[in-house]
Amino acid sequence: MSISISVQRDDFSLSQEYQRLSATTSVGAIVTFVGKVRDMNLGDQVTGLTLEHYPGMTEQLLNDICQQAVERWAIDDIRVIHRVGELDIGEQIVFVGVSSAHRDAAFDACSFVMDYLKTKAPFWKKERIGQGDSRWIESKQSDIDAMQRW
Amino acid sequence: MITVLFFAQIREQVGVDKLQVEANFTDVETLKAHLCQRSEVWSAALSSPTLLVAVNQTISPFNTKLTSGDEVAFFPPVTGG
Repeated sequence: MSISISVQRDDFSLSQEYQRLSATTSVGAIVTFVGKVRDMNLGDQVTGLTLEHYPGMTEQLLNDICQQAVERWAIDDIRVIHRVGELDIGEQIVFVGVSSAHRDAAFDACSFVMDYLKTKAPFWKKERIGQGDSRWIESKQSDIDAMQRW
Repeated sequence: MITVLFFAQIREQVGVDKLQVEANFTDVETLKAHLCQRSEVWSAALSSPTLLVAVNQTISPFNTKLTSGDEVAFFPPVTGG
């Protein structure tokens, strides 16, 4: 079992991450999630995002979330990557990958980690809209509801 | 000394990301009240009903006691992922 967390400016390779998760022969299921920068939000054309985070607390919180997942489900490895800094539309923001013997644990743990990450990990998004305007994204009740189902 | 950090909207509103204050505040609430006296801008930023505080990188209630060497961070609800 291993937990691996990265908060980084650089992009990541889905195929590389998949290969790492699938390297063990005891693994029968791999679930991966990738979050991307969408071109529309609240009816406005979005041109990009700036992602701010609280260094130190972010890594610690992501590690706590993954620890909880490991205690709750029979999973092998968890990998979380979250990018920070300036991102353009279409770019990858976040990766969560979980490997396990069976699919149910991998699906549930992956959803759990994403739902907790969205409501607990200290990241903040500011989106660029139109001609040089920008606004901070507000937290959503639907994200809190998603977290509370666990 | 206590290190005080600000993130996202709060950081933009108060115009600084980090400052040091003497450790003569009993709890976060007292520290916040002191910072609010700086100006109306500070008062408005830190009076946000959704304001969160982390003490030593853990989300904490506003009545958390403070001692020298603590790191206190003020920020809005998180929006990553």
